[in-house]
Amino acid sequence: MTNIKMTVNGKSVSGEVPDETLLSEFLRENLRLTGTHVGCDTSQCGACVVHVNGKALKACTTLAASLEGAEVTTIEGLANGGELHPMQQAFNDNHGLQCGFCTPGMIMTSVDMVNRYKAEGKELTEEAIRDELEGNICRCTGYHNIVKSVEDAAAKM
Amino acid sequence: MKHHTVTKGFTHQNQKHDSAVKQVTGRAEYTDDIAEPAGTLHAYLGVSDVAHAKLNGIDLSKVRDADGVVAVLTADDIPGANDISPTGRNDEPVFPTEKIEFHGQPLFAVIAETRDAARRAAELAEVDCDVLPHAIDPVSARDAGMPLITEPLKLERGDIDKGFATAQNRIKGQVTVGGQDHMYLEGHIAFAVPGEDEDVVVHCSTQHPSEAQHMVAHVLGVPSNAVVVNVRRMGGGFGGKESQMNLFCAVAAIGAKKLGRPVKIRPDRDQDMTATGKRHDFVIDYDIGFDNDGRIEAVSGEFAARCGYSSDLSGPVTDRALFHADNAYFYPHVRLTSRPQKTNTVSNTAFRGFGGPQGVIAAERMIEEIAFALDKDPLDVRKANFYGDGTDGRNLTPYHQSVDDNIIGRVVEELEESSDYRARREGIRAFNAKGGILRRGIALTPVKFGISFTATHYNQAGALIHVYNDGSIHLNHGGTEMGQGLNTKVAQVVAEAFQVDFNRIKITKTTTEKVPNTSATAASSGSDLNGMAALNAAEQIKARLVSFAAESRGVSEDAVSFGPTGISIGTDVVPFDKLVKEAYMARVHLSATGFYKTPDIHWDRAAGKGRPFYYYAYGAACSEVTIDTLTGEYRVERADILHDVGRSLNPALDKGQVEGAFIQGMGWLTTEELWWDDEGRLRTHAPSTYKIPLASDRPREFNVKLADWSENREMTIKRSKAVGEPPFMLGISVFEALSMAVASVADYRICPRLEAPATPERVLLAVERLKAGA
Ligand code: FES
Ligand code: FES
Repeated sequence: MTNIKMTVNGKSVSGEVPDETLLSEFLRENLRLTGTHVGCDTSQCGACVVHVNGKALKACTTLAASLEGAEVTTIEGLANGGELHPMQQAFNDNHGLQCGFCTPGMIMTSVDMVNRYKAEGKELTEEAIRDELEGNICRCTGYHNIVKSVEDAAAKM
Repeated sequence: MKHHTVTKGFTHQNQKHDSAVKQVTGRAEYTDDIAEPAGTLHAYLGVSDVAHAKLNGIDLSKVRDADGVVAVLTADDIPGANDISPTGRNDEPVFPTEKIEFHGQPLFAVIAETRDAARRAAELAEVDCDVLPHAIDPVSARDAGMPLITEPLKLERGDIDKGFATAQNRIKGQVTVGGQDHMYLEGHIAFAVPGEDEDVVVHCSTQHPSEAQHMVAHVLGVPSNAVVVNVRRMGGGFGGKESQMNLFCAVAAIGAKKLGRPVKIRPDRDQDMTATGKRHDFVIDYDIGFDNDGRIEAVSGEFAARCGYSSDLSGPVTDRALFHADNAYFYPHVRLTSRPQKTNTVSNTAFRGFGGPQGVIAAERMIEEIAFALDKDPLDVRKANFYGDGTDGRNLTPYHQSVDDNIIGRVVEELEESSDYRARREGIRAFNAKGGILRRGIALTPVKFGISFTATHYNQAGALIHVYNDGSIHLNHGGTEMGQGLNTKVAQVVAEAFQVDFNRIKITKTTTEKVPNTSATAASSGSDLNGMAALNAAEQIKARLVSFAAESRGVSEDAVSFGPTGISIGTDVVPFDKLVKEAYMARVHLSATGFYKTPDIHWDRAAGKGRPFYYYAYGAACSEVTIDTLTGEYRVERADILHDVGRSLNPALDKGQVEGAFIQGMGWLTTEELWWDDEGRLRTHAPSTYKIPLASDRPREFNVKLADWSENREMTIKRSKAVGEPPFMLGISVFEALSMAVASVADYRICPRLEAPATPERVLLAVERLKAGA
């Protein structure tokens, strides 16, 4: 068992968990933050993406114990109070979802993507968006509206 | 009086998915998100590691002794029937007792304090069995003398021998079409909570709650009224959760009742892919007779399918392959037969299109054969063979239903125009004539898809509407939400019926407690059936409100009407809330159950005749690809789609369905390869090896349009048409375009006879074969 302490969505949290506890399990089971979905358990689908210290990370293959002191943001922590984050708003406005299971991970990956491009002053083209989404799969939408959503949000972020 | 704008959220509008805000904020609840009561246990399946064997026994002592294990469930723990066959054929045990029939077959379940403990313990069983020879594909299984898994179907019309005898040309061939894993992002999951007496509540992710309910009752040996199945939403289904969830529901329920504690089961992705069924792969032998203009005279085809070890839904799936082996084409003389072949593989199941796409592939392959034989543009051959308009004697299908709503000609012509097909084809041929390493191909393919369950009795639905005395509306129907937007569409129908704002309607989870004996949300029928049932319920409540309003104000019922500002009663306009409150005080019944059954359909399977489909949905796609003839790699440059959804209930959602279906169909025919090794073990069992399309695979240019002029001739809900499955087959245009690109290396003299999926490897092999002059 390990004692862990981290900040999740701005709140300091702690818990004693078995060493092998995954971040996805810690978030979903210990903190009941079930917006982080598990689609493949093996780093391939992207449904579980969260931000750790501001960067996108797959929670299903990250040990919770390795994140001592880290700042974690999940999909539940993205909105500013009642106001949706521009990326959330864009997915909503552009019908960027169907079953919604991939959506939290898509949004977290996309926020990180836009932030990175902005920070580096690079242009986020449609093609770049598609390539950047390679770690996130969606079985429903055919990605068309997802890419539109990211473009829409990028213009507003 | 001030004019109000139309209230938002009625039909034919782009209403957003009702759960969208919850989904983007992570608050939408899926089965795995339900708070677990204290004491919840976790189950995991122990599976076989051989494909076929006589089962002598399983030593579970190490499993039982493992850390955290509470119980192990075997066939002996099943209080009722050890059977979850969805068609009642009694050929699908929860856990087998005498023989193992596929690699990865569930043999027992471990129940432990944690999922991790159950998973680890499940590996510790020692299975005592005598390995038997196995056959995993339909051809080797037939050669090994394995039986058919269910009765085959024959469709016949005209005089096939005469047709072939008089035809100017004849070609025989074979096409192999691969299967497909559903890869819904949310895998299988069931969570059973025991209740008093025989009761149990199962929360799960099934497209068919009533069947799951009946199966759980069957394995528990209790009446259906003891079992409640709840589905709030699924993280994708695509047919994979029509019958396949039964196993997980059964295991969770047996465990929960045996131990008196809640039990949850969620296989990991690899087990989800190996232990549950997929799209059927087919080997299709065809024989076509045609004239020198490319008109088909006679067709005979045999459709052999890998059905797996049990019948599951293989009967209706292989039937539907035959129903769609004509696609949009008239066959004057025809004989089609199915071979639902038993194999030592997981039992294949429903998947978007339900066998139909495999039938359409055969039709399109025959068109290609004709085009290459006569050196014609395949599009011209397609057009020459379209069903007629009823005046030319060319509108009868192989199952003797006449095609009375044919719009394929207009759809294809409009797309041909808007995609600039002819000029682009010329340009591509000129480009290919230069003989470069990169070759391009373009193809425009049609789709006609029959709508209705072919098992006629499934074409019924129920709904339940309550209007509470504060004017809020509670809507429940028998369909399930898997992302397709069914709940949104049905709520739009109800909002319009009452002329109230969409947000006044609360759409609740699907539960067998509210609407009984429902059909699977499948066959694209969700909004057709449930929309009508909900409308029926709404109309009943409205009728009561109208008569109350008329009576209370002393006017005739004709003087009462529902409008967006309220209910007009004579010269008065009363807000909906207010009238509802008054009606309640006057003891008016404000709840109703609605019901609908599709009219006019019938099907005599033995005779191969009837009207199995209420109507047809149409569409067409034009795709352009580039292939690299040195590596076989390719990309889709452009796709143009025109699709018919009648008068769309919700164009935004329908376009989303079309886009998603096209990409999924493209994936099926290109990168998604199921690969079994010689041991009968599925080697592509996770997204690492099984490649569904990614964002970067989508066509560089993608133009999707709905045929907004179309209206269903039949009295469907608001004259709309079903949209779930038909556009899946638009992906065939990519496959056909690849074929055209490959054909260019032999100057279009040889039909490439590509096999599906056309992986880069297969494309390369075909290029090499054609270069060698095969
Ligand atoms: S669940 Fe983490 S990547 Fe799939
Ligand atoms: S919306 Fe269903 S997987 Fe993306």
